[in-house]
Amino acid sequence: MLLTPERVPFGFRVWRRNWTVFKKFAMAEVGPLFVEPLVVLGAMGIGLGAYVSLSGDESYVQFIGPGIVGGYSLFAAFFECTYGSYTRMAIRGLYEAMIATPLSIEDVITGEVLWGATRSVFSATVILFVLTVMGFVDSPLAILIPPLAFLGGILFSSMALLVTAHAPSFWTFNYAITLGVMPMYFFGGVFFPLERYPDVVRELAWIIPLTPYVAVIRELVAGSLSMTTVWGLLYLVVLGAAFYYLAVARMKARLIR
Amino acid sequence: MAQVGITSQVAAEQDGAGATNAKPVVAQNLIKEFGELVAVRGIDFEVRPGECFGFLGPNGAGKTSTMRMITCASPVTSGSLLVNGMPVQTQARAVKSIIGVVPQGDNLDDEITVIDNLRLYAGYFGIGRAEANTRARSALELFQLADRANSKVDELSGGMKRRLLIARGLINEPSIIVLDEPTTGLDPQARHLVWRTLRRLKDQGVTMLLTTHYMDEAATLCDRLIVMHEGRILAEGTPLELIRRIAGETVIEAHSLDVAALDRIAEHLRDAGAEIEQTPDTVHAFGLNGTDVTESNVHGAQIYSRPANLEDVFLRLTGRGLEE
Repeated sequence: MLLTPERVPFGFRVWRRNWTVFKKFAMAEVGPLFVEPLVVLGAMGIGLGAYVSLSGDESYVQFIGPGIVGGYSLFAAFFECTYGSYTRMAIRGLYEAMIATPLSIEDVITGEVLWGATRSVFSATVILFVLTVMGFVDSPLAILIPPLAFLGGILFSSMALLVTAHAPSFWTFNYAITLGVMPMYFFGGVFFPLERYPDVVRELAWIIPLTPYVAVIRELVAGSLSMTTVWGLLYLVVLGAAFYYLAVARMKARLIR
Repeated sequence: MAQVGITSQVAAEQDGAGATNAKPVVAQNLIKEFGELVAVRGIDFEVRPGECFGFLGPNGAGKTSTMRMITCASPVTSGSLLVNGMPVQTQARAVKSIIGVVPQGDNLDDEITVIDNLRLYAGYFGIGRAEANTRARSALELFQLADRANSKVDELSGGMKRRLLIARGLINEPSIIVLDEPTTGLDPQARHLVWRTLRRLKDQGVTMLLTTHYMDEAATLCDRLIVMHEGRILAEGTPLELIRRIAGETVIEAHSLDVAALDRIAEHLRDAGAEIEQTPDTVHAFGLNGTDVTESNVHGAQIYSRPANLEDVFLRLTGRGLEE
């Protein structure tokens, strides 16, 4: 009904606007894109990692690598579709300008989601590149991570836009990040194996969308696929569709009067 | 190949625009409600091809709500609204592809250059890159912005931004252009430049819909106009018809801070057969057509006659009190 093949070319017109701006400021964006994940990998993986022993012969930095890929692609999509989208919508009035053209609000939100997903791919790819250079990637299946980051990006962007649709100001996003994104990051299987949890919590942790996402990334990096990947992908698709639908509906409610 | 795809998409989007004989805008019993608030209370009007049609009225009269329904930015609550024969409710995409919108507020894209504003906006219409670039260049030429092509938007003056907004609104070569207070906040030079541009567009046969708070603007640009108040249309006609019908030919005006003096003048004029409108510091007398009063001081009030104008029409219809 919404993310139909006919919708995509219209959404792509909005995507192109964001891409044009991104290209102009790309040099300012590329630095942090590399540096921050490297800092985390260095501090957590090598610093903290010295004190961490995992069950197998895997090093800690090897363990958190795929988690950082997942976490930073989540951040990229979420920040883009909260701070970025809110600025475009409420500060610059761009949504209003766009829907005065043949584009509808559905097209605009679709374009924003596609763009947020693109940012997710950029982040995942950069970190994956670093991990590959460091020799932490075991399987050629890792080549499937960028497309997976696009799928995850659609979900995380849609979640972000749902928040944006209700935001009275930028301050809302501090709550969303403190209460939503950071707990996902810390409890979604990025920094320690879910086996650490009691049974009930371990099952519940799978509700957090980052958990199956990171789990699939781990399997792709290791080259050992299981049913986890199948269920994980299914969950991401279903949840992504649901949040996309909600984000469009709430944005419509906010903007069309 | 991609080029062909985009071009055919534009053609498909503009397909609905085929009905060239249709009236640009026809509204019948058009209603807009925001919850409890009724902004537009069942209005009827028709805009003819190639004319400039004005919407006048105080703030909250329903002008902007009406315009927003025409541009498909706001859904119609009930009634019928056809743009080039197409119902806005069901054919929004086709309607929006033949309309150019010039908003009241500046919603230019200030993260990109002046020319990119035009090129990307053309992209929103599905206009291919090469064509978008050609149109953007010629629009900048036409609106005397060519030397600012690579400036950031926030480096432009208010008048330049407004010209860029109009240029942007024309990038899809619309057959109808909708302008919401196009010269509010501009200095006189910039205003006249905008007016000149709009007259040229009208000469090219573009139908124009505009709202304004400036009566001189309405008088100089509009072929026909409606005066709205509290969601209804109070009067409709050409500026001259409205002036003659509602304000007559001559208005006698008296100013004073002395209420007693004004009262005396009002009484004299009423005795002479005038219709009087009085505020604490002014008396307006209508209906004494052809009377010539040279500016003089009578009973401690400044009094003079002048030709009636659109502002008289507006104030007679919508009242002199401040309604917010």
